[in-house]
Amino acid sequence: MKPAPFEYFAPESVEEALDLLEQHGDTAKILAGGQSLGPLLNMRLASPEVLIDINRLEDIAYIRHDDGYLKIGALARQRTIERSLLIPKSWPLLYEAAPYIGHPTLRNRGTICGSLAHADPAAELPAIATALDAELHILGPEGERSARPEEFFESYMTTSLKPEELLAEVRFPPPRPRTGVAWLEVARRHGDFALVGVAAVLTLREDGTCEAARLVYTGVAPVPYDAREAAELLAGEQPDGESFDAAAEKAAELSEPGSDVHASAAYRRHLIRVLSRRALGKALERARGEGDGSP
Amino acid sequence: MDRHRKTVHLTVNGVEYEREVEVRKTLADFLRYDLGLRGTHLGCEHGVCGACTVMFNDSSARSCILYAVQADGADILTVEGLTSPEGPLHPIQEAFRKHHGLQCGFCTPGFLMPALELLVEKHGPTEKEIRNAISGNLCRCTGYAGIVEAIREADAMWERP
Repeated sequence: MKPAPFEYFAPESVEEALDLLEQHGDTAKILAGGQSLGPLLNMRLASPEVLIDINRLEDIAYIRHDDGYLKIGALARQRTIERSLLIPKSWPLLYEAAPYIGHPTLRNRGTICGSLAHADPAAELPAIATALDAELHILGPEGERSARPEEFFESYMTTSLKPEELLAEVRFPPPRPRTGVAWLEVARRHGDFALVGVAAVLTLREDGTCEAARLVYTGVAPVPYDAREAAELLAGEQPDGESFDAAAEKAAELSEPGSDVHASAAYRRHLIRVLSRRALGKALERARGEGDGSP
Repeated sequence: MDRHRKTVHLTVNGVEYEREVEVRKTLADFLRYDLGLRGTHLGCEHGVCGACTVMFNDSSARSCILYAVQADGADILTVEGLTSPEGPLHPIQEAFRKHHGLQCGFCTPGFLMPALELLVEKHGPTEKEIRNAISGNLCRCTGYAGIVEAIREADAMWERP
């Protein structure tokens, strides 16, 4: 047997899942897609006493458009992003990044909320949720609460979720006009975790100058690196090579990437510079409506 | 019943089974050792190599990081179910044979599943789409060229149901 022994529950309703979480709290893990948890269990890096499998909860497998928001339930699979007609049009950042999440077979089972709750510092979705100011809706014994990404992601694979809580839904706010986005990343091989990935969001004023920007990175910090100081340099500026270079430089300068077996800190900083410039350039084209606007 | 064991009912290759399993048993081990379907191979056993890929309710999935209990009520297809033991090879298998899409054959059962999934979903996939579909599977013999060629030919030859 690969994993250590555990007790297994497959609740038939969200209420039942929450009851089980309340009962078993600290010693339990939610099993959704299992594409990260499975390997951890098999290698015995994790050995929870109880697994609460939420794969029977079809009613929280939704992706829907509601009140301008994109609402994604806890069991919605990553693969559904690629097959959605709505997401490429209105939340293209999510659509553009989806193919970088592992491989198709992994995305068949891996869930969007599961990736957020797992909070791998090199994963795509936490950075995207941060860049798009997503809201995380959490259910627990005290009812519902909502968290912003910067409150939710605390450290490496650590979130503000309490042991008895479930990340039930992530909500992406409506797209803003004159806004272009881009996702770029560098990995050793396609489908591997990124050495560095960047989400760029650029909003223009009617006169073509930059109103606001966001630059959020994966792979360079314990939580998504939200380079606000760098992005704020762009506000009021002409969006061009010069201002993009300045923002990219600032983002690299203020970053504190680590060195590991995959890449040195200096190389990661280099990637921040290069990818930021490219991503801003791409976001600008899209904000101006050049090309067909789709990734 | 022991709280670490459960009874599962599932369909594998069109045959219904009911078995009691230890809940930590992977679906791959269940298929191989409880059902004797050893066509599903285990390489890395932690979701990296793709050798253990099966179809789980019509979607490709890695059976080494699924537990047999999760397949309760599910419909599973393994390489043994692609064609009858006496019958001709499945057109995708035939194309793999023709184009040297395998050498040692260890990874092949895993490759057939995303190939099947792609071809059921799509007629005339591009090379990029083929390579993307099989990107989660590792083959150390072929260099992938034969596999891509085989899937391209299977696309042309296979009359989908």
